[in-house]
Amino acid sequence: MERTQQHRQVAHMRQSLFDQGLLDEQFVQLEELQDDANPNFVEEVVTLFYRDSARLVLNIDQALDKSPLDFSKLDSYMHQFKGSASSIGAKKVKSECTLFREYCKAGNGEGCMKTFQQLKKDYAVLRKKLETYFQMARQVGPVETACRRK
Amino acid sequence: MNLGSGQGSMSTASSSGAWKAGDVVPDQFPAGLRVLVVDDDPTCLMILEKMLRTCLYEVTKCNRAETALSLLRGNKSGFDIVISDVHMPDMDGFKLLEHIGLEMDLPVIMMSADDGKHVVMKGVTHGACDYLIKPVRIEALKNIWQHVVRKRKNEWKDLEQSGSVEDGDRQQKPSEDVDYSSSANEGNWKNSKRRKDEEDDAEERDDTSTLKKPRVVWSVELHQQFVAAVNQLGIDKAVPKKILELMNVPGLTRENVASHLQKYRLYLRRLSGVSQHQSGLNNSFMGPQDATFGPISSLNGLDLQTLAVAGQLPAQSLATLQAAGLGRSTGKSGLPMPLVDQRNLFSFEAPKFRYGEGQQQQQQLSNSSKQMNLLHGIPTTMEPKQLATLRQSAQSFGSINMQVNAHGNDSSSLLMQMAQPHSRAQILNETTGNHVSRITSSMGQPVLSNGIAGGLLTRNVIVENGRGAGFNPVSQGPSVVEFPMNHTAELPGNSFPLGTNPGISSIQSKGLLEEVSSEIKGSRGFVSSYDIFNELHQPKSQDWELQNVGLTFNASQHANSIPGNLGVSPSVLVHQVFSSGQKSGQNMNTPVVSKAMFSVGAGSEHGNTHNISQHLNTLVDSSLRVKTEKILDPSCEITPFPEHYVQEDLMSALLKQQQEGIGPVEGEFDFDGYPMDNIPV
Repeated sequence: MERTQQHRQVAHMRQSLFDQGLLDEQFVQLEELQDDANPNFVEEVVTLFYRDSARLVLNIDQALDKSPLDFSKLDSYMHQFKGSASSIGAKKVKSECTLFREYCKAGNGEGCMKTFQQLKKDYAVLRKKLETYFQMARQVGPVETACRRK
Repeated sequence: MNLGSGQGSMSTASSSGAWKAGDVVPDQFPAGLRVLVVDDDPTCLMILEKMLRTCLYEVTKCNRAETALSLLRGNKSGFDIVISDVHMPDMDGFKLLEHIGLEMDLPVIMMSADDGKHVVMKGVTHGACDYLIKPVRIEALKNIWQHVVRKRKNEWKDLEQSGSVEDGDRQQKPSEDVDYSSSANEGNWKNSKRRKDEEDDAEERDDTSTLKKPRVVWSVELHQQFVAAVNQLGIDKAVPKKILELMNVPGLTRENVASHLQKYRLYLRRLSGVSQHQSGLNNSFMGPQDATFGPISSLNGLDLQTLAVAGQLPAQSLATLQAAGLGRSTGKSGLPMPLVDQRNLFSFEAPKFRYGEGQQQQQQLSNSSKQMNLLHGIPTTMEPKQLATLRQSAQSFGSINMQVNAHGNDSSSLLMQMAQPHSRAQILNETTGNHVSRITSSMGQPVLSNGIAGGLLTRNVIVENGRGAGFNPVSQGPSVVEFPMNHTAELPGNSFPLGTNPGISSIQSKGLLEEVSSEIKGSRGFVSSYDIFNELHQPKSQDWELQNVGLTFNASQHANSIPGNLGVSPSVLVHQVFSSGQKSGQNMNTPVVSKAMFSVGAGSEHGNTHNISQHLNTLVDSSLRVKTEKILDPSCEITPFPEHYVQEDLMSALLKQQQEGIGPVEGEFDFDGYPMDNIPV
């Protein structure tokens, strides 16, 4: 059936996000929080994350443009960013945050910049994929999307 | 749902089923646990909120530490636990942690994406009860209620350790209490009784303080000792170890002192903003108290002004109260709480203020009992104006008393009385004592009220005596006067305002008594007074342990020989007051009362009231001061509000003061000055 196929598609997409290492268990935690009272909870959180972290990304970009680099400030920004990213389960983005912070501690400006470029890419990719996913899930119905494979 | 409704309701916290540390928690628990979440990250905040809601907790979120603090300060008993992020832009999470620990003493859980050992260790050293690594899982949040329970439990334990009669565990302490005073019997007796009452109260308290967390009970008495020690050492040089040595309180640990010192310092800092009289003021309660009064007046709608005057709780008592408030602010919903909240952490006064009316009387007493240097050595700041107020109140004492009595049922009157004795004590110290007797006499009727207020305090004190602390007798000279009225018949029936509001006052007195008891214990000097008390022991009618009352009576009876000596009456009243108080938590009051009584007797007697004076003298010498002081304090605590948690602290504070005053009493009590004649016996 169309519906079933759609469900399968949604489920498949969801699974791929995990398989590709873009999402981790924390995302599942969010899904479990979703209920009838908050049927779009996960989407709302992710949206909030992207909105709030945009500011941070901008700050980091600006800080990386400065010279010399203020590593402690960079580290501080990244710490915040990492906290946010980890709370939505953005696995890949989170690991890049960790890498960035290591470079900061090492005072490796080059490493920081490179890592951050990669981070921004992954950050954007994740956003796109999640948006698609949520859209599909909404079409299919909340039950499917929130369904967690047990 | 509300676990113990921390909204300042005196509600017996039983809303969620009474549960005290160590008891089975109510079924609903931990549902309804009131959590405050602080995190500058909106994403995390949203997720945490949802998770906590899923756990069935009541969640309040804020993204700034300052907001969180003001939320907490505005509603001290409004939260059970706080979860805070470590890195926040406006305030370091650890700093917030410190503030909360000092001011509200709530369990705080730190969170961070940072899992470095160093940071986690920092959490530990700053007193966080747990540290969560982000991203936080819901499983981790499901169990946070354990921290609330644990803290409560530990606080109860601390209470015991600190020697304050708080919990049902007191049963085990009776022997300790007994040691404090010769009247061990009474002490035990009272202790056990009180214990039962206290247990109830404690339960209630626990309930209400489920969220509030009763802290280590720094009874009025204990606090007074503490403050005295600190003053002796010098606030700068006061280190926990030395303070502990000076205090010489068995069962008190250096840690107890250290944490209390921390709070005290914070309190002082706060007060310095308000008044400069804090610590180190011996008889001048005014300082800190004034500050306290402000807010308090509004608290109970009582004539706080009078209270303020009267409530010149010695700084110590104030401190105690505050401590109590501190510790219990959450727990002491109801009157005590508001008072506490308003004040800074250390506002014992609050309870006192409730007794606004009583305060007047107290004031009068204070005026007259200038000699009664109740708070000798106690950094209570009784400012002259306070005295003046007292004096004025003295005049109106009669009326006040009446009012107070009228209030009988008012908890406020109780409060007043409570406050009064307290203030009286102060006033006594300050003023020449003549007034005291006058007051007492005029109080005759009203005296009761005053006495009650003061008596409450004193009563508590007296009761304490029963417990073993004989020091009350002296303290409340003026307050005692009040009692005469009460005691005769009322005491049992709660002659003092305490009586009227058995419910409330009882709680109050209970608390006070408790405190007082413990304090009394300290005032060995009153051994003889205890005897009186013993006699006075009467079967508890209502919550209050009239017994204490009875004690007072005896004293007064003995003092019958003293013409119109308040001395006698007051003591009786005092006792009575306390007795009643005890039961219902006014116990604290009782001790106070007893103190007052004695002090009165002592003051006026000079030989009239043989019995009393004799007792008083003995007591007075050492205990007068103590008693008076104590009375004052306890009275403050005797707010009949169920939330006598604060009172307890007050009592402690008062008691402490009294205890401290014991020494100086000798030279201080110049009973001649007290015009006890007027005190209708």
